[in-house]
Amino acid sequence: MADAEVIPLGTRGRHGSPAGSLDGPPSVPQQQPAVRAETTTDPVSGAEKTAPRATSAPAGTTTMPLSGRPGFPIEELISAANAVGRLVLGEDGERKLAELLALLRRRVTGDYTVDEYGLDTELTDRFLLEIVRPLATTWFRVEVRGVENIPADGGALLVSNHSGTIPLDGLVTMFAVHESTGRHLRPLGADLVFRLPFVGEVARRAGATLACSEDATRMLGAGELAGVWPEGFKGIGKRYSQRYKLQRFGRGGFVSAAIRTGVPIVPCSVVGAEEIYPMVGNVPALARLLRLPYVPVTPFFPLLGPLGLMPLPSKWVIEFGEPIRTDSYDPGAADDPMLVFNVTDQVRETIQQTLYTLRMRRKSVFH
Amino acid sequence: MGRVVLVTGVSQDLGGRLARRISTDPEVSRVVGVDAVPPRQDLAAVRFVRADIRNPVIAKVIAGEDVDTVVHTSVVASAALVGGRTSMKDHNVIGTMQLLAACQRAPGLERLVVKSSAEVYGSSSRDPAMFTEDMTAKRPPQGGYGKDVLEVEGYVRGFSRRRPDVVVTQLRNASTVASYTRSPLGDYLRLNPTPKVIGYDARFQLLHYDDLVAVLHHAALAGVHGTFNVAGDGMLMMSQAIHRLGHRVLPLPRLTLGALGSLVRQSGLGLPDFTPEQLQFLTYGRGLDATRMREVLGFEPRYTTEQALLEFASSVTSPTRVTHPVVLAESLVSGVLAGILAGGGRGG
Repeated sequence: MADAEVIPLGTRGRHGSPAGSLDGPPSVPQQQPAVRAETTTDPVSGAEKTAPRATSAPAGTTTMPLSGRPGFPIEELISAANAVGRLVLGEDGERKLAELLALLRRRVTGDYTVDEYGLDTELTDRFLLEIVRPLATTWFRVEVRGVENIPADGGALLVSNHSGTIPLDGLVTMFAVHESTGRHLRPLGADLVFRLPFVGEVARRAGATLACSEDATRMLGAGELAGVWPEGFKGIGKRYSQRYKLQRFGRGGFVSAAIRTGVPIVPCSVVGAEEIYPMVGNVPALARLLRLPYVPVTPFFPLLGPLGLMPLPSKWVIEFGEPIRTDSYDPGAADDPMLVFNVTDQVRETIQQTLYTLRMRRKSVFH
Repeated sequence: MGRVVLVTGVSQDLGGRLARRISTDPEVSRVVGVDAVPPRQDLAAVRFVRADIRNPVIAKVIAGEDVDTVVHTSVVASAALVGGRTSMKDHNVIGTMQLLAACQRAPGLERLVVKSSAEVYGSSSRDPAMFTEDMTAKRPPQGGYGKDVLEVEGYVRGFSRRRPDVVVTQLRNASTVASYTRSPLGDYLRLNPTPKVIGYDARFQLLHYDDLVAVLHHAALAGVHGTFNVAGDGMLMMSQAIHRLGHRVLPLPRLTLGALGSLVRQSGLGLPDFTPEQLQFLTYGRGLDATRMREVLGFEPRYTTEQALLEFASSVTSPTRVTHPVVLAESLVSGVLAGILAGGGRGG
């Protein structure tokens, strides 16, 4: 009947549902006639029905106190906190909060493990990659293509172009790989990375190691997905006018490591990173003083100060190309310089061609 | 007849423990312990001969006792143990030279075991993640213990060339810790708050002191020629280890730590003195590949790096130990959450 619908809605007029049910029976005889009158005389929408009842409720309170227990409204407060928790943290907010605190406790008590290169999986997945997420998805709107070319397991060497004055392309590629395959990309970095305070510490925690043949061979042999940016500082430190022109690919040490371990080489082309900090000048004297490869001048830095450190929101496309297999070569071929140069050139050409194609497809730098 | 083993440096903790341990081995008929000073602890069945290895008299001991195995443990890591850096260098380098000279003249000698150290690899930003035995330091140690060990290894290689009939085993051990003894890294980790180089977090492995004694014993009887890294499984970060011990981290610039170190050295308090090599290690850390230890030497440490730290932690009692605010917050919130869940249950 209509009464059965009305009464549970009516309890909403009082604060705190658990207490309200206690004094239900006494208030019912007083309220019921009024409610019944409304529902019978005015059969309109439910929203209109509740409004007069809310005003009728205080009439009941004058004769009968709403709460069964006078004093501090602890249960009301708890249910309010619960509701706020749900609002902020979503459904099962308690569990999430408890998890977050457990995570923080593990961090401050050292209760986690790192692998032999220093990769801290928990920190990387829960914090570092989460910091990159808004940058990659909202700011640069990264479009990832050819994910199927990254092997699901086993060793592989990802080779990418390098650009952007500050190597954000490495971070975004790490994020993209983890997001689309669940694997950790293990960057092989220059020794400058590990010499710099804080940068080196975070790099090791994120799974990076030194770009030397010992570490590359070790990582690939252990079935890791390693990443190299063979252009190095020549790539990230090039002028804006040189954008999308691949620099020399080092000495091809990465190819030797791949051949020695027989893992595939996955060419990776990143479009968009060139425009984040368009470098128009360099301060070599300051760079020498700070023992850095360059000190960039962009249209906004150092002119706008810290604001100039904000990367421009260019549109990014990352394409993973078809893997180049090296397992058909004899491991001894790693010491054949001509073969190594040929494979290096093949990888370089593939990336350069893909860069041209992707740039043609892009409507403009920013979308 | 069993083996006759000569152990150097028996008056120090390591030599003493090793000599006692080997003397209980049924394969060994006699253990001769030598040192320049009489041992403080009881050496049980070990025959102690007071002889300075820096003195040619050591040759007479080796010949007179029919020694077939020499275990050289007296390369000391800390200048405080032998009274100053000059004396330490003298002890380590000249001592080893004399000992090797004596060994070369001993026709009955079959095996030589030398306790070297992973310090030979130095520590720098250009280091590979894991050192294997055939790699050398990217930035060789410039002084102190590391340089001594580097020189000692050079002399041992020379000896090995001149006496190819002798099986020479060199052990490069990772930093050792144990609850019952002192060690350079142990002394450092006992500090609370623990000073740490700001902006760098060293990666390191540990070898429990028990395992160091065990591997020297194993090497003396196994007779496997070669150089071996010795380290427990797993890797720790310096800040992680400090947190696990319940200590607070005191981040300091490297220069400040170095200056602090030289102050401590001059004070002679015997506290960790942050020599340049130690600072270098505390900045960049080091990893050792111990594959050959398992596969060729046939030794398996009892403790992993984590277990070694846990055992060491039992000796770290810090009266000022405070519960971290996050841990407090967690217990508080989990209490409140239990309340909410109980309240919610009643409400529903």
